[in-house]
Amino acid sequence: MIKDMLALPNDSTKKTIFIALATCLVCSVLVSVAAVALKPMQEANKAYDKKRNILQIAGLMEEGKSVDELFQQIEPRVVNVDTGEYVADVDATTYDQRKASNDPAQNVLIDKADDVAGIKRRAKYASVYLVKDGDAVKSYILPIKGYGLWSTLYGFIALEADAKTVVGLGYYEHAETPGLGGEVDNPGWKAKWVGKQVYGPNNEVLIDVVKGAVDPASKTAMYEVDGLSGATLTSVGVENMLHYWLGEQGFTPYLEKVRATGGES
Amino acid sequence: MKMSPEAKHNLLDPLIGNNPITLQILGICSALAVTTSLKTALLMSMALTLVTAFSGASISAIRNHIPGSIRIIVQMTIIASLVIVVDQLLKAFAYDTAKQLSVFVGLIITNCIVMGRAEAYAMKNPVGLSFLDGIGNGLGYSLVLIVVAFFRELFGAGALLGYQILPLTTEGGWYQSNGMLLLPPSAFFIIGLMIWAIRAWKPEQNEAPDFVIHESHSHSTGEAH
Repeated sequence: MIKDMLALPNDSTKKTIFIALATCLVCSVLVSVAAVALKPMQEANKAYDKKRNILQIAGLMEEGKSVDELFQQIEPRVVNVDTGEYVADVDATTYDQRKASNDPAQNVLIDKADDVAGIKRRAKYASVYLVKDGDAVKSYILPIKGYGLWSTLYGFIALEADAKTVVGLGYYEHAETPGLGGEVDNPGWKAKWVGKQVYGPNNEVLIDVVKGAVDPASKTAMYEVDGLSGATLTSVGVENMLHYWLGEQGFTPYLEKVRATGGES
Repeated sequence: MKMSPEAKHNLLDPLIGNNPITLQILGICSALAVTTSLKTALLMSMALTLVTAFSGASISAIRNHIPGSIRIIVQMTIIASLVIVVDQLLKAFAYDTAKQLSVFVGLIITNCIVMGRAEAYAMKNPVGLSFLDGIGNGLGYSLVLIVVAFFRELFGAGALLGYQILPLTTEGGWYQSNGMLLLPPSAFFIIGLMIWAIRAWKPEQNEAPDFVIHESHSHSTGEAH
């Protein structure tokens, strides 16, 4: 039958349809095989990349030690964002917050007025990571995401045990302009976050990405970080997402509990 | 095994004599985007060479059965599938660099070199030669990318393949990095200089002017290319 088809003149309608279908069939098989066969490796890469990012943001990367080894000092937990309580019946090592935020059964819609980060919906439960030193918690690593100029930026902010001072901030996925907004990945800029205060004396979110450079003599310098030059919208996006995720809508209930109890569940 | 003269020509001619970027001015867009570092340029070159070679071979294999009315779509389907496969492979085996290349691997689909070779060569020539033609053009593209990325990374970031060669002033060295080289326009300048150099060396590459301005009634047509 295939032979008969191929014997037809090239421009006959029958052969045109046959060739179109055959090409699509062969190509789709090729694409599916590649996608399915390589998926486990890609997932492993993604998981490894995320772990490495968490370690980097918490400042825990060490030369000569493997990521998995270093990750043992980190304890993943799942937190109910609204109540700030740990969720016991969800496995923290497999919980996928990004999937959950797109699942109507597991997410909440955000009021337009509250949605400063521009994300429209978020998961009810969030994955947080505790850096442990024995039993005591050294720092808290919280997931953040929000809209920049072109893309949603996904990242983490790490806070010290006082749940106020920044240990590090970084993004593991975004598509901002390389060289401008993409400079959120610049180690020099990320280093400016270390030691900044997120909350003011009354626990209001004061962190501020300013235009230009921070005046170190100013009284508010401890809440301020230099903006990225040429990337005003990305800078504003970073500030907004911190205000959302560290504010009342975000991790404030959790962080208040943490301050009261020292992070014990 | 001795190569036939045509095979050799297919493989070597696109390197300088008939380079897809500097002579045919194809594939400029990705050349601007992925040349900020040598590593991304190398990976992109590899991806494009593989896609051009295999798309040329597979299109050539079925060239006698492709109906004229849908030939471009058939070519695109084959190219797009190969690009997806390459993208998946990169995500599995070179995750970090693939992340930096982000959308540009996917955009190989629209890269004029791939489509151009399919239409101009693979549709009329046997499988083996089309494969070599793909490799040759891929290498021609790679050559330009590597030269551009070499200058951009070395003088823009003071490094090569991520290793610091020129110590930067921001890190206590003496080299004040040239930030412009990390922005896309600099690739235009470097490619422009390369085209100039190649055409000074091989003047036969210069095209005849499209039109001559006459003395008596000179006017510009302002034709855009």
